[in-house]
Amino acid sequence: MLKENFRQLGENVLSVQASFGRAGLLLLQSIFTIPRPLKAARLLIDQIFQIGVLSLLIIGVAGMFIGMVLGLQGYTILVKFGADSALGPMIALSLLRELGPVVAALLFAGRAGSAITAEIGLMKATEQLSSMEMMAVNPVHRIVAPRFWAGVISMPLLAIIFNALGILGGYLVGVEWLGVDSGGFWSSMQANVDWYQDIFNGLIKSLIFGIVISWISVYKGYDSEPTSAGISLATTQTVVYSSLAVLGLDFILTALMFGDLH
Amino acid sequence: MESRKSQILVGLFVFSALLALIVLGLKASNLNQYAGKKTYKISASFNNIGGLKVHSAVKVGGVVVGRVEEIDLDKKSLTPKITMFINQKYDNFSSETSAAILTAGLLGEQYISLTPGGNDEILKSGDEIADTQSAIILEDLIGKFLFSKDSPPSM
Repeated sequence: MLKENFRQLGENVLSVQASFGRAGLLLLQSIFTIPRPLKAARLLIDQIFQIGVLSLLIIGVAGMFIGMVLGLQGYTILVKFGADSALGPMIALSLLRELGPVVAALLFAGRAGSAITAEIGLMKATEQLSSMEMMAVNPVHRIVAPRFWAGVISMPLLAIIFNALGILGGYLVGVEWLGVDSGGFWSSMQANVDWYQDIFNGLIKSLIFGIVISWISVYKGYDSEPTSAGISLATTQTVVYSSLAVLGLDFILTALMFGDLH
Repeated sequence: MESRKSQILVGLFVFSALLALIVLGLKASNLNQYAGKKTYKISASFNNIGGLKVHSAVKVGGVVVGRVEEIDLDKKSLTPKITMFINQKYDNFSSETSAAILTAGLLGEQYISLTPGGNDEILKSGDEIADTQSAIILEDLIGKFLFSKDSPPSM
């Protein structure tokens, strides 16, 4: 009985190790894929369209509303201290440093990551991947790499758009609706937001989130059990693991980037 | 045909993201303060700089003319030494200019206020302002007020 438990434990540890190994190999293969340039660019652009452009609507609407909520909530607190001119930097810093990269990444994992996993998983279940191999087409080059790179490229772009629309939403609520002074709103934002420290670091964050989400998505699809239950499990795991990875990494990155700022 | 449409939309997507980045840079951050403006440096020593930080504003009569670049402790005299860069546009401060650390509002951010002097000699890059006035520390002020009374207020 005890022996059986130990055997089971060992097997679980080894299978987790093996899946990390397979994930690492897939990442290396996707990164260092050297396809024919023109063909690859076309595949990549198609995938950026599927992954990035089609995610624009949800990212834009979410960004706008989050900015508006920040404006409304920030105003109700700040106006009590007569500090409503600090609304601009409050909105901009919360969006650029934290909310923009993180919320955009969570939405991206739900909108695009799950779709990548389901697509690759279904290709595997219907044996499209093995038939590609039989035609001497490498499925990692043809299917996995374009999706991975499209995710890595799209994520920071989506996060920038999220940030810009969020600040616009905060401006609409704070200045146009609640009557905060427009000049103070922008000038105190400019005085407190640093180009490198805030905007650039936020972009680095979203790039890292993009790499992690794309990696998990393609790996979960490529490694899924080729059954309908397997695909559904893989899709769920993509969203859960991506979200947890984003939230955990965000804390570490924030501690590294902004830990010594006040 | 379908492929061409998606290519155009992807181009539009990348373009709008770059546009958003530029708008964020120019409208929401201090990027335009870095861009190609010529500056010169002057320094000043204070007894106490209070809550002054790197990037705090340097103002003349409320107009921002520069920023604090570096805060350091002078090794010999052990007093805080501040280096600030001033926009080259305002290169005619006289050497009698005085610097004071003031607070915006009661609890706001601290900044350096320059008051131009009258003589003809002009501050050059690397010069030091001699006439300085330190930050007012609220706790010191309260302490002075309490102990300057003859008898403490009885309850």
